[in-house]
Amino acid sequence: MNKFPNSVLLNPDKCNGCINCLKRCPTEAVRIRRGKSVISHMRCIDCGECIRVCPARAKTPVRDPLAVTDGYRYKVALPHPALYAQFNNLEDKAAVLGALLAYGFDDIYEVGAAAEKVSEATRRLIAEGKVNLPLISSACPSVIRLIRVRFPNLIPYISPLNAPEDVAAKTALRRAERKTALPREEIGVFLIAPCPAKTTSVRAPVGLEKSDIDGVIAISDIFPKLPSLMKNLDLENLFPDGETLNTAGRIGVSWGGTGGEAGGVLSDRCLSADGVENVMKVLSHLEDERFQNLEFIELSACSGGCLGGVLTIENPYIARVKLNALRKYLPVSGARLDGSEKKSLFWQGEIEYVPAYGLSDDIGESISLMEKLERILEKLPGLDCGCCGAPTCRAFAEDVIRGHKGGCIHKRAAGDFYSEI
Amino acid sequence: MSIVLKHEIPGDDFSRAGEASSAVKNKLKQMGIPPEVIRNVSIAAYEGEINAVIHANGGEITVTVDPDAIVIVISDTGNGIPDIELAMQEGYTTASDNIRALGFGAGMGLPNMKKYADEFDIRSEAGKGTVITMKIYMKRPKD
Repeated sequence: MNKFPNSVLLNPDKCNGCINCLKRCPTEAVRIRRGKSVISHMRCIDCGECIRVCPARAKTPVRDPLAVTDGYRYKVALPHPALYAQFNNLEDKAAVLGALLAYGFDDIYEVGAAAEKVSEATRRLIAEGKVNLPLISSACPSVIRLIRVRFPNLIPYISPLNAPEDVAAKTALRRAERKTALPREEIGVFLIAPCPAKTTSVRAPVGLEKSDIDGVIAISDIFPKLPSLMKNLDLENLFPDGETLNTAGRIGVSWGGTGGEAGGVLSDRCLSADGVENVMKVLSHLEDERFQNLEFIELSACSGGCLGGVLTIENPYIARVKLNALRKYLPVSGARLDGSEKKSLFWQGEIEYVPAYGLSDDIGESISLMEKLERILEKLPGLDCGCCGAPTCRAFAEDVIRGHKGGCIHKRAAGDFYSEI
Repeated sequence: MSIVLKHEIPGDDFSRAGEASSAVKNKLKQMGIPPEVIRNVSIAAYEGEINAVIHANGGEITVTVDPDAIVIVISDTGNGIPDIELAMQEGYTTASDNIRALGFGAGMGLPNMKKYADEFDIRSEAGKGTVITMKIYMKRPKD
């Protein structure tokens, strides 16, 4: 299996080779080659920027089709809190959970409930003083990938706790096995997700041997099926065995948007940033130790947090208003950590540095390549126009160093060809 | 074999202070310099850059990279430091209240540079300026 799968799918028939994705990509992972957009798998962090910006709609976020649940005898849904924010006038999220049961799921475990356990465990970790501060949230898979490729010095600051969806999957799976006594392969656990980065993290998990999630369903795919199923629900007798599945409180639901996770840490020494460019600035400053006295850092690649994921429908800022309204009547926290779970909250193994930018493994060689790069750069016009298929003149020079054969349209217009560089 | 990276430090523009050391950092990352070396270089360079902005209306940063070490030279043509020993003390600052209100000038710049550099040298002449030279060794992992 590809060690660095991505969750962006290109339809080459639609791609017209324009430079929108090229210029927008925050990690310079995109090039235009032979008139089509090409992604470097090592550099791509699954932030979804290229999907958002593509005017030809040639890029689609990877997720599983709704039919992914077919063939499982017992189906468990893990709804992300961003799902609730898609609905208008939602007073009780039990209605959404009821609709999911009516849709065909047998059990539900809210990602928000698991998030509350992660919040509680995070508070304990900080209080015990056994972690590097500031602790960086591990919840956004794009941010984790960004740190792995660009900010290796910050890897030791990443929270050792699993992302809420992984905690939810583990808990839900255990419960399903206990309840049904079915073999593992007949139980399907499905995340209802706001972004494709979650798809990648399921297919190539970081810090987990194997994800317990069997499929990733887009909020944007399942949401349109739900409103009609919400009519005539008996909210009082919704759940089988009288067990309530509606557990996530204010903290868990708030994880859907920016600031929610930091809010759950219950400390005023938390920083929240969203939008990948802002996140990169924060990480760069953090790397230079420009921040003092912070305990926790919440970062999401999407503006608006998970509510801004490319697998959602509602405008993230409107979604935020809806989430705030829904939160109002919820208890602060609905899920509590029980002692036996503690171990399953922590990820296993190491998060590794992915050196995707180095010119060479040998420093001496890198130095001479860098000199060559600077020499090429001096001869380029510095317009960063993207016409050559690289996002900046510097990136073009870097490609040339790596063996790319191509030219500069401006040099050519002036009768000066790349080969003379 | 070595490469020299030169960046101007513009004075009196706090909104862009740190850009020179950031540019250096990105180039070092591209050169595959070990992450912990980059960390020390970028912290030391950033502190030096901020000092040049606060006290000397800018200056110049020159970073020389060779396979064994990185040398950072931060030079300015400011007023100079009259008492270097005093200036090296943690918490000692001559920054104005105004600059301190911006979150700079806490008196940790020079001590931090010394802390993160393997070799540290400072020369200053009244009315002519200050030159700080820092050397950080390339501690290559598992060599």
